[in-house]
Amino acid sequence: MMARKRGAFVALLCLVLGAPPQAQDTPAPTPLTLVSKDGRRTVPTVTSNGRELIALDDIASLFQVTVREDSLAGGFTITYRGKTIIASADQPMASVDGRIVTLPSPITRSGRRWLVPVEFLPRALGPIYDQRIDLRRAARLLLVGDMRVPRVSARVDAPGPPTRAAVVISPATPVAIVTEPTRLVLRVEADAIEPIFPVSATGLIDSVRVGDQPNVVVVALNRQAGTARTAIATADNATRVAIEIPMAEARPAVPDSRIPTTGPPLPTTESSRLPGIEPRQALQTLAIDPGHGGDEIGVRAAGGLEEKQLTLDIARRLRGLVERGLGVRVILTRDDDRMVGIDERAAAANNGKADLLLSLHANGALSGSSSGAEVFYDRLDREGEAVRAAAAAAVALPVIAGGTRNIDIVPWEMAQARHVEASAMLASVVEQELRQRVPMGQRPIQQGPMRLLSAANMPAVLVEMAYLTNGAQEKAAGGDQFKNAVAQALYSAIVRFRGYLEETSAP
Amino acid sequence: MSGRAKIYLLAIVVAAAGVTWALMRIFLPKPSAAPAATVTAPAPTETAHITATLYYGSSDGRALVPVRRDVPAATSVVDQGRQILGVQFQDAPQPYVQVIPKGTKLRAFYVTERGEAFVDLSGDVVSAHPGGSLTELLTIYAIVNAVTTNLPAVQRVQLLVEGKEVDTIAGHVDVRRPLEGDATLVREGRAGGTK
Repeated sequence: MMARKRGAFVALLCLVLGAPPQAQDTPAPTPLTLVSKDGRRTVPTVTSNGRELIALDDIASLFQVTVREDSLAGGFTITYRGKTIIASADQPMASVDGRIVTLPSPITRSGRRWLVPVEFLPRALGPIYDQRIDLRRAARLLLVGDMRVPRVSARVDAPGPPTRAAVVISPATPVAIVTEPTRLVLRVEADAIEPIFPVSATGLIDSVRVGDQPNVVVVALNRQAGTARTAIATADNATRVAIEIPMAEARPAVPDSRIPTTGPPLPTTESSRLPGIEPRQALQTLAIDPGHGGDEIGVRAAGGLEEKQLTLDIARRLRGLVERGLGVRVILTRDDDRMVGIDERAAAANNGKADLLLSLHANGALSGSSSGAEVFYDRLDREGEAVRAAAAAAVALPVIAGGTRNIDIVPWEMAQARHVEASAMLASVVEQELRQRVPMGQRPIQQGPMRLLSAANMPAVLVEMAYLTNGAQEKAAGGDQFKNAVAQALYSAIVRFRGYLEETSAP
Repeated sequence: MSGRAKIYLLAIVVAAAGVTWALMRIFLPKPSAAPAATVTAPAPTETAHITATLYYGSSDGRALVPVRRDVPAATSVVDQGRQILGVQFQDAPQPYVQVIPKGTKLRAFYVTERGEAFVDLSGDVVSAHPGGSLTELLTIYAIVNAVTTNLPAVQRVQLLVEGKEVDTIAGHVDVRRPLEGDATLVREGRAGGTK
């Protein structure tokens, strides 16, 4: 009898202690698709507490890296061609070849599996891997190597009939179009596309979607549609396919008088918004910081162009675009030629409750051959990392009416600590948009202890638009074409980043 | 053997032993005389050198390149730091470029017990700087890396200009706090040597 009881107790103990903790991880609704020269593969991920995670053993098999678990230290080491990544459980960071890289969420262990945030791939594995790793979460793409994956946006300009629509491929990429009775098939000469749709059923268009091949866009037409006409044009490093779809019947179309047949000339990226759905206002205020000013000239080019002039000029152009296109309040940290202290600039953005800060600069180098735009975001030192770790623990202060209110106490100079992840995302978006319009530097995204950014209490990046110490770049930077291209790129980046803000701030 | 003969034999043995002892004294070296005589005199300090890794801009001005150079040896960490920076501030060897503005002088150098070095630079580092975020990073980390790489006792470097803490050197990079070395700016595989 005693032996049976003891056996049952041991069995129960084994059940309690031996069973893995109840996994709260759920498979992500859509897996990532890895695109490389070797083809495409599905990469499963899981979501846990709103964060998307990937299993370490999947990374090992996909990227052929060596993973060694250090059970004593509670972590693991990844080795690839003599370089290592060292990470520990429950830490939102990793040591990548001796350099600390932050992650948006901690590394966790679920049963026997190690799970890391998907951002681990570009941020930690990317620097030691011999091919570029680019994560495009919105498109669910993981690009390995130099892949041609242009962004493809679609919009309906006028529901008609005739329905007028446009498909814009950027950067400019050749496209072949096949017109079929019920659909248009656009085959883009690329490894894949990053789609910015769907477009809901509008006019004679039923849908715009990715086809059965990753580089194919299908515009599905409804039964009333006639034969579509298309025209391809390339401008501003984008290929634009204009589509006009008449009614199938010969009778003249009766346009709906309630809907204008020609829409207002909205910027292209705006039109990817679904009709009838107003986005939540995650971006209400934008701060633009024209670098230098007054006696602080910045870089002075051999031909006379001064950094302080260029930054103010482009800041004003960007302000115009944003105010007209987005209806967002814009703060300029200076709107004339005067010297403004760095803390004063940060204060203007922080006190103005800006949701985003773009600091504009022009570069200088010791070598005249240096050229191309670069985007910087802040790098935390140890103190900053500590602030970031403590940021979650807000201080509860009593309020007059009773109860408590959580107050975040963050040193002014450490304000950026809580936004580094978002700033990294912003830097990536800005770089992608700039790349389509202006030459980029060899290391287009860089991290450093940037003085202004560290004090910014919002996602913030510093953009070095061109090297004024390069004769050709100086000449280009002084022209309207360059200034407008930079302003348009930054505008597009703001629109895209607004989507990220809305996504991350959604309840 | 008679008693007289024994006396002669004893005298011959004693004489032979005496001659042998005398010959050994003359021809064999003295066992305890060598050490003091062969101590090499220390080399004069002005000719002693260490090989230090210094940092210069790559020819395209986009990265730091480690270059091994001879630096006069010193007897203390502080003096060695001064010597290292003294050479670091000199002209860059070909084909590299000097990322520290011309004319910049080392006003003071000292090390705290916490392993933080204070590098006090002349105002030329600000007034003669060409500007630009990347170039500013290269200027700062050429100095920080040169100190932290060669002086194991130093973990972080606080830059001063004309004896005071400053926000930035050229308007971008935060130098208000002590900085650790940064390997990300260093272009790998070019640890070339030069004298």
